Amino acid sequence: MIRVVLPAHLRILAKVQGDVWVEAGGQPTIASVLDAIEAQYPVLADAIRDHGTLQRRPFVRFFVCGEDWSHEPAGTPLPESVVSGKEPLLVIGAIAGG
Amino acid sequence: MSGVRVLVGTRKGAFILTSDGKREKWEVNGPHFAGWEIYHMKGSPADPNRLYASQTSGWFGQQIQRSNDGGETWEPVGNKFVYDGPTGTHQWYDGTPHPWEFKRVWHLEPSLTDPDTVFAGVEDAALFRTSDGGATWQELAALRNHSTGNRWQPGAGGMGLHTILIDPTNAARMYLAISAAGAFRTDDCGQSWKPINRGLHSEFIPDPDAEIGHCVHRIALHRSRPDTVYMQKHWDVMRTDNAGESWREVSGNLPTDFGFVIDVHAHEPETIYVVPIKSDREHFPLDGKLQVWRSRAGGNEWEPLTRGLPQSNCFVDVLRDAMSVDSLDECGLYFGTTGGQVYASADAGASWSTIVHDLPAVLSVEAQTLS
Repeated sequence: MIRVVLPAHLRILAKVQGDVWVEAGGQPTIASVLDAIEAQYPVLADAIRDHGTLQRRPFVRFFVCGEDWSHEPAGTPLPESVVSGKEPLLVIGAIAGG
Repeated sequence: MSGVRVLVGTRKGAFILTSDGKREKWEVNGPHFAGWEIYHMKGSPADPNRLYASQTSGWFGQQIQRSNDGGETWEPVGNKFVYDGPTGTHQWYDGTPHPWEFKRVWHLEPSLTDPDTVFAGVEDAALFRTSDGGATWQELAALRNHSTGNRWQPGAGGMGLHTILIDPTNAARMYLAISAAGAFRTDDCGQSWKPINRGLHSEFIPDPDAEIGHCVHRIALHRSRPDTVYMQKHWDVMRTDNAGESWREVSGNLPTDFGFVIDVHAHEPETIYVVPIKSDREHFPLDGKLQVWRSRAGGNEWEPLTRGLPQSNCFVDVLRDAMSVDSLDECGLYFGTTGGQVYASADAGASWSTIVHDLPAVLSVEAQTLS
């Protein structure tokens, strides 16, 4: 199981508290984890990535093991520490504004 | 026991204000969807407890929320707004072609007869419809595919379809307005559209009398006279009596004819209201005095309504979707400001009181009359 930390706005939208756990089969990637999140919480479809292009929304960022994975190809395999649930995949609403 | 429910969309959430028919004491409920921009909320005329809200965010995109119990509880419904067919281009601010891109829903207009049918006006300008209570949305693409569509340009706030008026006597007819393409009308349920901008004059565009390109801020009609439509344009207050075939200016003695809102008295089709704003450079009232102006002659002759409104040091704006009327015997008026105030009048504008004065900037106000 993969642990995903969502920003507060999306936790409220999905009506969840705390971290979200999802199963992403095969070799998990950010894309497959997002597929699993959207299947589990359909309201989040189009909130993290565009439902048509599947591109990350510009003000959403992904962090993995302390590193910014926002610009990594969405099909990049996630590290074992994330796959095992030891470390979370962080979905963050970028700080934008003054 | 009659009552009023006022739906207020703000930059940081939605609020629901309720009162009995006296409209003296108000209950404020909210914020709903805290932290999100609520461009518009509106109830179904066929089922007043069926509400729809456009919830949007620069971070997380578009959501549509629906309530079946007057706003006590909400559920997200469909948010897939996909243009039908090739999107093509419109003009960007600099005149270059720019691809059509969905950004947000500006306005939700429920059907007059079916609670599950709603029209949505979106940015970049297009018209969508749901007939299953918001679960799915289909574009009425004839509007965007109009032969003038590739020449439409966004207004300063974006290229939004911001006003939708359904003719209560003719289900096939609808008016809408787009910033800054102008006003359009369909007589065949949206299968074809006609620009209805003859008589509009806009000095800021290359051809001031062009077929399209006018920055229409808001249009309004009275249900008993659907061929008469009133318009607050970027500058100028206008009126048509032939369903938009031609317009004439009725700004008359207004101190400034710039503004955003315009609305019609619930029972008097020739009584209309605007909130004059100083200019397109200075989006606040003249001289710091917040005034609603009323014409009882369908325009040209206007009177200021100031009792209860701040008459000094007031520098707020009233945005295009932020005025509404109720239909109680004594018509009530409501408007919200970018300063977070919501003002109410229970006597057709003669006097005003503040329902609430410290909300986030108000984007939209819709009054529902409850029986």
